[in-house]
Amino acid sequence: MEKIMYRIKGVTKWYDSGKKKTEALREINFDIRKNEFVAILGASGCGKSTLLRMLAGFLEPTTGTIYAGDHPILGPGPDRGMVFQSYTLFPWLNVLKNVEYGLKELGKKKAEREQIAMQYLKDVGLSGFEKAYPKELSGGMRQRVAIARALATDPDSLLLDEPFGALDAQTRGHMQELTLDVWRKHPKTIVMVTHDIEEAIFMADRIVVMKSHPGSIKEVIEVNLPRDRDIYIKSDPRFLQYKRDILGMIYEEMRGDETALAMEA
Amino acid sequence: MTGKSFEPQGSIGKRMYTVFGALTFVIVFLAWFVVTNTGLVDPSFLPTPQHTVESAQQLFADHDFVKDIGISTYRVLAGFLISAVIALPVGLLIGTYAPIDAFIEPITSFIRYLPATAFIPLFILWIGIDESEKIALIIMGSLPQLILMVAVDVRKVPHDLVEVSYTLGTKPSRVLTKIILPASMPHIVDSLRMVLGWAWTYVVVAEMVGASAGIGYMMIQSQRMLNVGNIFVGLLTIGLLGLFFDFLFMGIKKVFFRWSET
Repeated sequence: MEKIMYRIKGVTKWYDSGKKKTEALREINFDIRKNEFVAILGASGCGKSTLLRMLAGFLEPTTGTIYAGDHPILGPGPDRGMVFQSYTLFPWLNVLKNVEYGLKELGKKKAEREQIAMQYLKDVGLSGFEKAYPKELSGGMRQRVAIARALATDPDSLLLDEPFGALDAQTRGHMQELTLDVWRKHPKTIVMVTHDIEEAIFMADRIVVMKSHPGSIKEVIEVNLPRDRDIYIKSDPRFLQYKRDILGMIYEEMRGDETALAMEA
Repeated sequence: MTGKSFEPQGSIGKRMYTVFGALTFVIVFLAWFVVTNTGLVDPSFLPTPQHTVESAQQLFADHDFVKDIGISTYRVLAGFLISAVIALPVGLLIGTYAPIDAFIEPITSFIRYLPATAFIPLFILWIGIDESEKIALIIMGSLPQLILMVAVDVRKVPHDLVEVSYTLGTKPSRVLTKIILPASMPHIVDSLRMVLGWAWTYVVVAEMVGASAGIGYMMIQSQRMLNVGNIFVGLLTIGLLGLFFDFLFMGIKKVFFRWSET
């Protein structure tokens, strides 16, 4: 557990729109351990997605470096699987072919691809849907296929960018449980961006609470709840205590923000 | 039919749609029948449906109209296919790569505004009045439009699809063929369908100047003879051919792009 998977060192990010420079992230230092589940929690505009996109390799830090092991991350790659909030299944491929996609890019043989893909589809509870096209699936089912597809190539980590953000509350709860279930079967480092406090406490080992303007880490919270969590833990007193603490932090942050904005004006 | 059908952006059943669609044809036909048979308009300007049918029979029997239809269809398909074969890769490249976009898009947009028909005198000077001149005009009319339409279709591909392919190991050099082409294909088929319709406009214009066969040639000849019946047969034939190719394209889309969300 103690092995470091990703090391975020002195990372800042400035967006330059020509006229105006905006500081999106200030001085982020954080280590992500192998096979732990980290949630990055914060209001919109706190730079949490920027941080995840830098981990994925879609963005470069303005200063500082993110290391995967000993090597700096220079671009996206199949060692970091990703699930987006928007539905990103390839609509022209059926469910099975979607899950096989990454394996095919790796040059795996058809029989092997199929066997692996079927296994992951089974793990996300979608056996029997192999031949369906994405347009025939519900939002929750599409995200389950997306998780299976991201896992199929056996990456080191999964990066989840508000993966359940577009789903209704029931489906969302179910997806949270299912994802934890799959994670237990296939241990990976998971980094998930969310603005849902309950989701972060329910799923993560550690929560990185972000603050805005500029985005930076406000606090890192260890969630000391039993690892075999089910939905009932959401009414556990310890769970509620975490929720109260984090809510407090975020409200304090929002009030501070408003004062700052008022002073600017 | 319920009152709901007339809600803004509401819908009607498939059967009702067919019934309504057919109804317009019946109404237009009846109106045509009535105004021509009651003598409301001079029959030398607007022929009766009966007379039009007679003209059609004559054209097919005595004037080898099938050959005219064949030659026009050949010109349309040749011009259209050449345009498609060029526009598809060029549009894909414009929509995918910003430098190519900057290099080709502005000039294409400029050419698009030049009326294709204004090139007839030039084309006759350059090429003459044979088949290639007719086909060149169709290409002039459809190619720049099609290039820009394909580029727009390609830009509609969500960036998330491209990014997710990177996280699954796809190299940037392969994104065009692995992601962008398949994702934009249904939209491109729609664009092709529209442009084929325009190609029919240009073939008729091309055949009215310096031609010796084709539907447009037949129509301009008939005008000199004051034979409105024949002109009407020409119009109806083009309309029916257009409908036929439209259905063909819709069939292609249904069969090959069953997965499409639109």
